[in-house]
Amino acid sequence: MGETKYTKDHEYIRVEGDVAIVGISDYAQSQLGDVVFVELPKLGKALSKGDEAAVVESVKAASEVYAPVSGEVTEINSGLEAQPGTINEDPEGSGWFMKVKLADPSELAGLMNEADYKAYLASIH
Amino acid sequence: MRYLPLSPDDRAGMLAKIGVDHIDALFADIPSDRLLNHLPKLPLHKGEIDVERLMGRMASRNVSASSVPFFVGAGAYKHHVPATVDHLIQRSEFLTSYTPYQPEIAQGTLHYLFEFQTQVAALTGMDVANASMYDGSTGCGEAVLMAHRITKRNRAILSGGLHPHYADVVRTLSAMAEAECVTLAPDVLGHEDILSHIDSSVSCVVVQTPDFFGNLRDLRAIADKCHSNGALLIAVFTEVMSLGLITPPGEMGADIVVGEGQSIGNALNFGGPYVGLFATKSQYVRQMPGRLCGETVDADGTRGFVLTLSTREQHIRRDKATSNICTNSGLCTLAFTIHMSLLGQAGLKRVAEINHANAVMLADELNAIKGVSVLNQSFFNEFAVRLPGNAGHIVEQLAARHIMAGVPVSRLLPDAGLDDVLLVANTEVNSDDDRQAFVDALKEVL
Amino acid sequence: MLNRQGRPTTPGDALQSDHPTFTGNKALSQIEPLIFETGRLETTGVDYEAPKPFVARLGGFERKSEIGLPGLSEPEAMRHYVRLSQKNYGIDTGLFPLGSCTMKHNPRLNEKIARMPGFSDVHPLQPVATVQGALEVMHTLSHWLLELTGMDAVALSPKAGAHGELCGMMAIKAAIAAKGEAATRNVVLVPESAHGTNPATAALIHFVVKPVPVREDGTVDPAVVASLAGPDTAAIMLTNPNTCGLFEKDVVAIADVIHAAGGYFYADGANFNAIVGKARPGDLGVDAMHINLHKTFSTPHGGGGPGAGPVVLSELLAPFAPVPFVRHTEDGFELVESEAEAANHGAHAFGRMTAFHGQMGMYVRALSYMLSHGADGLRQASEDAVLNANYVRACLADLMSLPFGNRPCMHEVLFDDAWLKDTGVTTLDFAKAMIDEGYHPMTVYFPLVVHGAMLIEPTESESRVSLDLFIATLRDLAMAVKRGETERFTGAPYHAPVRRMDETRAARSPILKYTPPEPILQAAE
Repeated sequence: MGETKYTKDHEYIRVEGDVAIVGISDYAQSQLGDVVFVELPKLGKALSKGDEAAVVESVKAASEVYAPVSGEVTEINSGLEAQPGTINEDPEGSGWFMKVKLADPSELAGLMNEADYKAYLASIH
Repeated sequence: MRYLPLSPDDRAGMLAKIGVDHIDALFADIPSDRLLNHLPKLPLHKGEIDVERLMGRMASRNVSASSVPFFVGAGAYKHHVPATVDHLIQRSEFLTSYTPYQPEIAQGTLHYLFEFQTQVAALTGMDVANASMYDGSTGCGEAVLMAHRITKRNRAILSGGLHPHYADVVRTLSAMAEAECVTLAPDVLGHEDILSHIDSSVSCVVVQTPDFFGNLRDLRAIADKCHSNGALLIAVFTEVMSLGLITPPGEMGADIVVGEGQSIGNALNFGGPYVGLFATKSQYVRQMPGRLCGETVDADGTRGFVLTLSTREQHIRRDKATSNICTNSGLCTLAFTIHMSLLGQAGLKRVAEINHANAVMLADELNAIKGVSVLNQSFFNEFAVRLPGNAGHIVEQLAARHIMAGVPVSRLLPDAGLDDVLLVANTEVNSDDDRQAFVDALKEVL
Repeated sequence: MLNRQGRPTTPGDALQSDHPTFTGNKALSQIEPLIFETGRLETTGVDYEAPKPFVARLGGFERKSEIGLPGLSEPEAMRHYVRLSQKNYGIDTGLFPLGSCTMKHNPRLNEKIARMPGFSDVHPLQPVATVQGALEVMHTLSHWLLELTGMDAVALSPKAGAHGELCGMMAIKAAIAAKGEAATRNVVLVPESAHGTNPATAALIHFVVKPVPVREDGTVDPAVVASLAGPDTAAIMLTNPNTCGLFEKDVVAIADVIHAAGGYFYADGANFNAIVGKARPGDLGVDAMHINLHKTFSTPHGGGGPGAGPVVLSELLAPFAPVPFVRHTEDGFELVESEAEAANHGAHAFGRMTAFHGQMGMYVRALSYMLSHGADGLRQASEDAVLNANYVRACLADLMSLPFGNRPCMHEVLFDDAWLKDTGVTTLDFAKAMIDEGYHPMTVYFPLVVHGAMLIEPTESESRVSLDLFIATLRDLAMAVKRGETERFTGAPYHAPVRRMDETRAARSPILKYTPPEPILQAAE
């Protein structure tokens, strides 16, 4: 299993080969509260880094999920639509959103590793 | 002043507690050169007797619908509203409550909103309804924007049978939202060719039934052509009572149904407040504007209701909201719900039949007058008649004889060349004598 | 000698504890079903005679399906809705300090007048000669609104505050287009403290929303506005007094900056109640402002409407006002209903906001309120509203935290949740505990610019006695938080008709209407 990296918007990305698994961090799910709805991208959609890739909603908040890297959507976790609570229960495991085929692996360099992300979380509190 | 409980002593004591010596110290952030140093140039306070006298004088300069034989419709209708309705909506707990953001102490409001949504869905034949819009016309504008969001297109086709004010509202909103809006020519007979306007560039088609001229319109072919082109059909009504008797738009393939609910529970009020009804298919619920009430349970497992799917709304989504609507028609919604609960489907069907019967009798009698012809093949409680003269003038002559004859089409469509066409509505409130008085008076003035 | 059977006249040893009941009811607190569960399809509570036989003219569109809505007899309906009403909290129930919503007393004289047949039973399309009194109400109301705001014109027809915002922003868009700048001037500046309706309105008509950060003291800095303003600036939407309960002290400078950039100043008038008779938006550089008649001028909120949102306009925007509008001529009052007609009077109406002429029922109530207060009473009401809010502030400042320091506020006072830090009690918990004490909570979690906001607007309708008890209650609750009595908060409310609701469940699988259970469906068929 590859290293997990994070964005300042609290998406995570875990690279396995040339495919990256994208979701929202445990911190993000705890801030949102109970997730009630997700809108996932269409299979095959070409995302550019920073594009709005998905929408996640709790009872009192709605948030866009931005593509942490560029690439094509190769798989979506469609089970989330019926069971959005999975995102709260296991955000960085079975609560993943989508898999993206990396277009430019060098984009990963600009993201935070787990230690950096923890420090970032501490800094915003 | 009877509405202000504080006494001069209270005020002085409170200022002391706050630690300032003059009320204007609390207004210190207002630039001193902009703080008014005199009272507004308006009259001083008045007691109830004087206010009632002044307002009563203005009220007396209006002719009320109940005081004369009354045949005016065109989007607002004079109906009987049971006395129970107005009594109940004046209960303090309904009248003086706020939007139910604290559900534990607003179950009364939420409970009736849930009943309202159920009633509207059943009447329109749709899956879901929201907790109301301001009125039918603004709801119509919102429906068009919703169709644009769903289809990701921005071209609307408006039937020539759509109420001209509704068309104006949609046109205004479309122009401002930089969307395209094609309005077909006014269509008295309901024979317009909408189908030829539908192609894959169209977001939605807006058709009213009964239409502005009273014709009942077949929506099925329009729905089919819309759907095969990826467009939506928005069905509009301005007379909700018609749904007691006619095929609901949901059964004819409409994707969004929007209309005016004033006829059930609400007075004429010179045009407002009214209540907009808005319903759609389940798959579009997240694109719907307005508030939604949903069922859930509380911490003890007791059934209760809350506002839900709020993330569509402006207070959470801000510039990405489905609409900017905040306040809706709460109390008018309650009036609708109570009146509808009293009627039930049996009562609604009965009163709708009476409306239709009264309109049919009047149409036949007017049609028998020399020079007068009813233009509709089908109608519910309102129809268009061609008069041998200017309809506006004839209406004024009849008003002078204490008969409110209807709405001259030229009042809403001044440039349509329909100056001799009059819209006539007959509801359950007019007696046989009222109808006779109208027919006699019309014969006299012609 | 009448008490021969020895009926007890003292409570005796009545049990103290909560006693479960067979029905689940608790005396006056009744569990109420939905009408669909008790009503019957064949029942109706309204008697009409069947029409004489006639030949229908429905063109084959007779409804064939069952509507599926039961009816109730009159006594059943009466009881059902009275019981529902008892589950609601209203202004008449108690203090309703919902910030930004102005839950003031709703005089019943206004209700009585609105129900005069000359107002309630008049059709919007009757001949104009038969509605001269209705037009006079609109004309007189306009006069009062213009006098109180110092503006040039008013568009009465918007149906509520957000609709008024839309109307004002449309007038601005029309004015920009008339100057030939439609393509380039499309950015609307909106402070972060603004109501959600502001950015939603601007976005609805394709303006680009640019947020304006709020400075440390809770107000907008004209220098920041200047740095954001430019040739693309269409307008700023500024709430004043703002949602932090503060008057934007640099409002004139902000207006100057916007005007210098060629933009317009839209003011959100939701909080006008603080300054009626004290300051006029027209003197502060405002170009357009909506007025919530259901806030400032006491028309009832009615559980979420109907409202009314007339918009006052400056000289620059006045020609673009939508139809309809009323003109006063030698022959009486006249209604201008179409854009073509408006053009005959030299106006460039941008279109129409709604069918007919707007919220007449609300105009009547608001005018009756204004006539009752008069110029003197309206100013006194604003002063009392501001006094009451400051009194609450002064009496709670030592226990709760004020994000912008202990300085005078306008008609509402904003606390944050800094004082709740590490207590295990949240803003929401505190609000729910207020319900148990018999109060409606304040506005919570708004404005978004402070953490865990609690926005208290007592309005001028509260007596000192009422305020003192409210303050004593909040002090007691605050002390309880500090003493660590968290259960009093986290489980609250304990005494409301229902406990906290499962909103997650409601949103995850929405149930938005009643669906009869299967067997009943079959029985009905």
